[in-house]
Amino acid sequence: MNEFVTINHGSGGRQAQELIKKVFADRFMMEEPLTDSAFISAHNSGTAFTTDSYVIDPIFFPGGNIGKLAVCGTVNDLAVSGADPAFISASFIIEEGFPVDELEIIAASMADEALNAGVRIITGDTKVVGKGKCDRLFITTSGIGYLKEGRIFLGRGELVKPSDKLIINGPLGNHSVAVLGARTHAPFSTSVVSDCSCLNHMIKRVLDNTKSVRFMRDITRGGLAAVANELCHITGLGVSVIEEAVPVDEPVRGICEVFGFDPLNMANEGKILMVVGPEESQEVLRIMHSDPAGKEAAMIGEVLEENQKVVVMNTRAGGRRIIDLPSGAQLPRIC
Amino acid sequence: MNGVFMKYIDEYRDSKLIETLARSIKSAAEGLYTFMEVCGGHTAAIHRFGIRDILPQNIRLISGPGCPVCVTGKDFIDRAIAMSGIDNCIMATYGDLMRVPGSLFSLEKANASGADIRVVFSALEALDLAERFPERKIIFLGIGFETTAPGTAVALCKAEEKNIRNFFVLSAHKLMPPAMEAIIKDGTGINGFICPGHVATITGSSAFEFISGRYGTACVVTGFEPVDILQSVLMLVNQVNAGMPAVEIQYTRAVTIHGNLRARKYLGQVFEPGDAIWRGLGIVPESGLVLRDRYGRFDASSVFPLSVVTKDDDGKCICGDILRGLRTPSDCTLFGKVCIPSDPVGACMVSDEGACNIFYRYGKHE
Repeated sequence: MNEFVTINHGSGGRQAQELIKKVFADRFMMEEPLTDSAFISAHNSGTAFTTDSYVIDPIFFPGGNIGKLAVCGTVNDLAVSGADPAFISASFIIEEGFPVDELEIIAASMADEALNAGVRIITGDTKVVGKGKCDRLFITTSGIGYLKEGRIFLGRGELVKPSDKLIINGPLGNHSVAVLGARTHAPFSTSVVSDCSCLNHMIKRVLDNTKSVRFMRDITRGGLAAVANELCHITGLGVSVIEEAVPVDEPVRGICEVFGFDPLNMANEGKILMVVGPEESQEVLRIMHSDPAGKEAAMIGEVLEENQKVVVMNTRAGGRRIIDLPSGAQLPRIC
Repeated sequence: MNGVFMKYIDEYRDSKLIETLARSIKSAAEGLYTFMEVCGGHTAAIHRFGIRDILPQNIRLISGPGCPVCVTGKDFIDRAIAMSGIDNCIMATYGDLMRVPGSLFSLEKANASGADIRVVFSALEALDLAERFPERKIIFLGIGFETTAPGTAVALCKAEEKNIRNFFVLSAHKLMPPAMEAIIKDGTGINGFICPGHVATITGSSAFEFISGRYGTACVVTGFEPVDILQSVLMLVNQVNAGMPAVEIQYTRAVTIHGNLRARKYLGQVFEPGDAIWRGLGIVPESGLVLRDRYGRFDASSVFPLSVVTKDDDGKCICGDILRGLRTPSDCTLFGKVCIPSDPVGACMVSDEGACNIFYRYGKHE
């Protein structure tokens, strides 16, 4: 018989304990007894700390699910700061009636992804809410990562200089298109698969073998447009992007053309922007190209002294245009 | 398109071809030329590909009233918001209408404050809602030009065929050629029109004959890629130089003289022309599409008669002049300051195809 999450699973009693143990704790290899806090020892060289919530519709999509997304998102947030991801907490808000087997699939993919990334899920929580009080399942994660001796926190961009190169690790927009195509009343169906993946190993190889990585961000909501604008904003410098150099897969480009979306504004879950010194840009590309997550890495532009705080795109047609921060959700156009 | 790769259109973005065209335009252009792109899709493409940078300075491109969202009167939004409050109503709309400001607020805000307003990709998707929720009233907001109106017509024919009783359309569909005529009559000194390629796919190029015939304005029906637009500019320059205005088709891969006869048949069956309010142009005779009597029971405006009070536009907003090609967004004192895409004052700032929105996104530095 199919099992469903009921309000009783949220009562804190026996059923709650069974659900937590069966679905989550065993898979996450949490140590018994389950305590109110996980205990971790201090680390001297610097700690990065992040948190994020995941509310995606649909929760299963080609290339992943909400659980895999939560682990990858947290791991990547830590990795782009220059930290090695170590521990994750995960909190689940579950709508009454949610099938337990689906919850198990989600927990299993979280466990797999955590294992691959070399992080441990060490503490968590579940709450059950009545029907209609949440949309199936929400997950909130936090993550802790450590900065290796000699490594610097890369989130602030203070080292970025003019003529530094912009590198991304592959084509943009696949996650957005895969998720849109998976919705119940999607206007199209597509073979595009989300790029949802942990990038910490690739990032670590780049950081271990080069010296001039000056800034990193994962390119999630708001797309490259948002990240490039943020780079301009925090450094006070300009950025130029070469349209022809930005990799976008053919089906993604097609769907963007039809619906009036801009691949530069679309969300990704396995892409980063890395800013590196010009002397090491080829080496960074070479390292990325040898990693499964960076096979299609490309140099897409550079940091400029001029055009301060503005992202300029050199278009395929030979013209120039501004890339602005995306505003609000992307709405499909009329015609 | 499942599993099949769409053939993309890089041929029309070829930088060598673009350079060649730009050189030909430069050597052909002898005086000053003002061309209007009527379609918002063209305005977007011109900015997205940076085409103004490629053209010589004596060719001026101005944007016309071709964004369906922008020309939709404020009263329509007010009426739609009022209707979204009807008991058991699901309002279905194309996405970009969500953020258009009405007198008090937008559909997006109405949705956040409890109305059930859903974004659909087609009129048929709205009809599908009607079949799935027979106890609810589904009101589809029919906006757009000859491009989207046939879709609404097909949905209404299907609704009639299946005897669906809970599907309604609030139509603000509009026709492009009468608006182009109104702009010429306004005296904006346009030498030629970059005619809307997608509209012409339905209407055929013949719909624009009267513009070159009666008013002597050059017309080229144009595609949406950089090569298309530059080739059309060259064709327009040559027409003006020769003093022989005519309707030419540049977008031959999609447009014929008579257009899509089947779509036109549906349009004629369901709609008849009526006067319509255009933001910026006011009432343009015979420029709207009104449901014929036979489809009266689907007509939301008569089934749910509501009286709606619409406030006058902000006196400082110049969307009206922008839509007529008289002024550009940078002439507006609100532009980029009070009026921005996330908090638009005028409709031109809302849609991805609105002139102000496009100028803001792509050209803030100019």
